[in-house]
Amino acid sequence: MTRIERNAVEVHGIVKHYGETKALDGVDLTVREGTVLGLLGPNGAGKTTLVRVLSTLIKPDAGTAFVGGYDVLRQPKQLRRTIGLTGQYASVDELLSGYENLYLIGRLLDLSAKDAKARAVELLERFSLTEAARRPAKGYSGGMRRRLDLAASMIGRPKVLYLDEPTTGLDPRTRNEVWDEVQRMVGEGSTVLLTTQYMEEAEQLAHALTVIDKGRVIANGGIEELKKRVGGQSLQVRPADPAQLPEMARALQESGVPATFSTESGLLSVHLTDERRLTAVIGVLGTRGFAVAGIDTKLPSLDEVFLTVTGKSAVPAQTRDKEPVA
Amino acid sequence: MSTATLSPAPATTAADADDTRIGLRANLRHLGALTRRNLMRIKADPESMLDALLIPVIMIVLFVYVFGGAMAGNQHEYMQYMVPGLLGTTGLNLAMALGTGLNTDFQTGVMDRFRTLPIGRSAVLLSKMIAETLRAIVAFAVLIGFSMVLGMDIVGGPLKLLAAVGLSLVFGSSLMWVSMLLGMSLRSAQAVQGMSMLVMMPLQFGSSIFANPTTMPGWLQAFTKHNPLSALADACRALINDQPVGNSALTVLVWAAAITVVTAPLAVARFRKRT
Repeated sequence: MTRIERNAVEVHGIVKHYGETKALDGVDLTVREGTVLGLLGPNGAGKTTLVRVLSTLIKPDAGTAFVGGYDVLRQPKQLRRTIGLTGQYASVDELLSGYENLYLIGRLLDLSAKDAKARAVELLERFSLTEAARRPAKGYSGGMRRRLDLAASMIGRPKVLYLDEPTTGLDPRTRNEVWDEVQRMVGEGSTVLLTTQYMEEAEQLAHALTVIDKGRVIANGGIEELKKRVGGQSLQVRPADPAQLPEMARALQESGVPATFSTESGLLSVHLTDERRLTAVIGVLGTRGFAVAGIDTKLPSLDEVFLTVTGKSAVPAQTRDKEPVA
Repeated sequence: MSTATLSPAPATTAADADDTRIGLRANLRHLGALTRRNLMRIKADPESMLDALLIPVIMIVLFVYVFGGAMAGNQHEYMQYMVPGLLGTTGLNLAMALGTGLNTDFQTGVMDRFRTLPIGRSAVLLSKMIAETLRAIVAFAVLIGFSMVLGMDIVGGPLKLLAAVGLSLVFGSSLMWVSMLLGMSLRSAQAVQGMSMLVMMPLQFGSSIFANPTTMPGWLQAFTKHNPLSALADACRALINDQPVGNSALTVLVWAAAITVVTAPLAVARFRKRT
């Protein structure tokens, strides 16, 4: 049986210059229908510019882009019916209540007064904002505002959602709430383009990744695929007796398997360049009669991926501490 | 497993570019929803209304009771001279709120949200104009009521009073375009407000609103004579006091038309460029 997979978003050679600055310098990417694409990159990489192009907020200088089959340049109105956007800053009207914000958007999306009301109530409930529904958004906490913004982008049940750094500046609990909501939307069939600076966020939510830097795509693919590109898996062996670590490493080296160990972590690691190496390691350790307490294979983290493809860390050192711990 | 793309959509051919034109009913619905939003903003921020009312109230009290006796011999006579002219500027003061509101919408990202919705951008603008006009009408009602309590006589009767209000609103709406330009050119809402004040103050005082220009030095008279606010004040004063209006009303309309012809295309072009 042939399963037909469609691309909800298709971007070909998008260019956007601001004077000398090339915000986007020929970006190509696709997002499969019903999946989450993580668009990863440091500050100023062009992530937001791309989202703005795809939401018809700015016109690209060159290239083509289709969302839900509609041309960004030539069919903006149809396109707008298929998308929902949650920006980096919460674009809700601070003077209006949460309910009024959602009701307004419902009406602007051509829902009847009755439907707009019902949809607003439903989404407020879903995002745990019912209690605050009648209060002006001005008094909402950062997390509440972000949730309201998310709810606002979902009023029209968009097929494609753009989430532009949806959890930047949120505390871990609120961030988890946003993640849960995104996962639920995807479960209901939405396609999501998620921009983020956080590796963990991409790992949690995305099916595929596009890494951009200075307006160019520098890596593309599934998360596992990208990790393999960086150097495959490593095997980590925990001996029952840590004192045996040097002896184990020597034994492996004698059999032609380079191994390193760390007495600090009590782990012996072997780079798995091919599948046979795993068998070789087990074989050597077994015939020499070493007692092993634990064995694990590990993919490199997305941070390592980023470091390898861009040559620099994705998250500036000073903000690293605030990054959620996995 | 094969991959098919959705581009271009099967239902659309290359010929029909963006065929979902927004119908009249949808446009009216959007306009209604957005006007409601703008009115709710005023309700949520009553201080903004207070500003528009408090300053004229203070001016009326201050000028009539402090300077009135000195300027016209008695307070009542000065009130009949000054208050109608000041009423004429109500439409203008409120036109200036359009720019601040627009600026805030651009700054806060609300405009971006509107722009990702399938609505006509003109509805966003028009709804602001409607809301500001409604606000001006409320301000008129309060200020006229207040003046009448203080003892101002509407000699010309209700119809001529309405004509004066209408004239003020027509001139005010031509200034909405100026305000809109300021709102989209300046960085912050505060800057827009400051700039508006800067423009309004000399225009207001260098006019026939508070004092008869014939008492002013020659260079100022030249300015006052050509200041559209003088014509507006003269027209409103004549209408409310039931005196001959002369050319003043026509002058106001010509000014309003001229300001609109020059600034409206600029404002609309700028708005289109930014949206």
